Amino acid sequence: MASPGAKKQKADERAKYQRLAASIVPKPPLVRNAVVAFVVGGLICMAGQGVMNAFMSRGLSQDQAIAPTLATMILIGAVLTGLSAYHHIGEFAGAGAAIPITGFANTVVAAAMDFKREGYVLGMGAKMFIIAGPVLVYGILSGVLVALVRWLYRG
Amino acid sequence: MATKRVGQSTIVYSTPPVIVSAATVAGPKESEGPMAQWFDETVPDDMFGERTPEKAERRFMEDAIKIAIGNAQVLPDQVNMMFAGDLLNQIISSSFTAEKLAIPFVGLYGACSTSVQSLSMASAMVDGGYADLALAVTSSHYQTAERQFRYPIELNIMRKSTSQYTVTGAGAALVGASGGKIKIKEATIGKVVDMGIKDPNQMGPAMAPAAADTIFSHLADTGRDPEYYDAILTGDLGRVGAEILLELMVQRGVPLGENYADSGVLMFEGVRGTGVGGSGCACSALITYGYIWKRMCQNKISRALIVATGALLSPLSWQQGESIPCIANAVVLEA
Repeated sequence: MASPGAKKQKADERAKYQRLAASIVPKPPLVRNAVVAFVVGGLICMAGQGVMNAFMSRGLSQDQAIAPTLATMILIGAVLTGLSAYHHIGEFAGAGAAIPITGFANTVVAAAMDFKREGYVLGMGAKMFIIAGPVLVYGILSGVLVALVRWLYRG
Repeated sequence: MATKRVGQSTIVYSTPPVIVSAATVAGPKESEGPMAQWFDETVPDDMFGERTPEKAERRFMEDAIKIAIGNAQVLPDQVNMMFAGDLLNQIISSSFTAEKLAIPFVGLYGACSTSVQSLSMASAMVDGGYADLALAVTSSHYQTAERQFRYPIELNIMRKSTSQYTVTGAGAALVGASGGKIKIKEATIGKVVDMGIKDPNQMGPAMAPAAADTIFSHLADTGRDPEYYDAILTGDLGRVGAEILLELMVQRGVPLGENYADSGVLMFEGVRGTGVGGSGCACSALITYGYIWKRMCQNKISRALIVATGALLSPLSWQQGESIPCIANAVVLEA
């Protein structure tokens, strides 16, 4: 068993090394990343708005246009993933590609493509939501909590 | 009292075995890099025409072995044993390939240190008189490693500033008592070192202390200076890890000079989208059996210290918040 002194020494050595490593590890280009994410994410949202306007110009109300717009954007995200294009956008734009609903579609389709090799049931079926699952779980959970607060408040 | 050893952790082969032949098979991205000319076979399709990347990885390994034993003009049943390992769960690339070739098999897991681990074991068997010919083999594949350790291939994620790119390929060395020019003189078995790095995107920073520890032990055991070697080659520290290693060696009072290089850095110099360099079992294997071994055969390098580094984490261990234990093993090749 290591004595308390040896343990302390090891912890000190580790802390010292981690400071050295942190001083050499290059800092991520935060400003560049934020700007690119803003621009690319913004462009995706503009495309979404364009789709929505197109539905509205065909006579749908704003509320009616939301569902077909989301479905269209999901379809675009899914097809781009299938064509092996979406991950390039993600590598370039980070959160700009991940946050819009196209990014959500990408997480599901990417996992489905990957795990298909392990079969449609144990592979694709079981593991399709391996990335998107937490988003759904905590998204639904927070939706319920917010609705509960509203219900209690309004009576 | 064991006689074939020196210092705390170095094996000295009493009748140094030789590399009878070695072969490398590299994937498409590796073939874009500056090392392409040194590989025996370059494969433009990383799926190798197979349905799954796991099957493709086996094809890389199988080809490397076939070329190595073909060049030595021996048949698979003349090879007494095969030491092999890879990165996949239960090392399936190695065991499935061993089944196909029907060579007696010892499976190893040393993560990306497997190239040197297998070479040192095969050499010990030959030196000990337990084998006439023994194979040391390892492989890795970008897609299988991503699936094993990270995310689905098509997922949109941005690489971190320290991310590395797993090398697709395989390397094999056929070790024998005679019939080759390059001798395996010593091997230093490393200790597992964990300096508390927890981020699996920081393999280089996690492994650098293990590399420093093994290089330092090797030099202390043998009483040599770094200048004794024409080349000191680490496995897959990448640019960031290599820089940290140089700093650690300065702190220990044995700075490494111009003779130092990292396989991961050499592999992908100038290749886009490869982060700070290559990683994976095949990284050190391709550079060692491709570039270093061939340069030694051409009399351009006469002494090389090969230090393969491995990060011994699993997805389970880092998800449970554990830091990354690492290892480095070293062998000395001499013309």
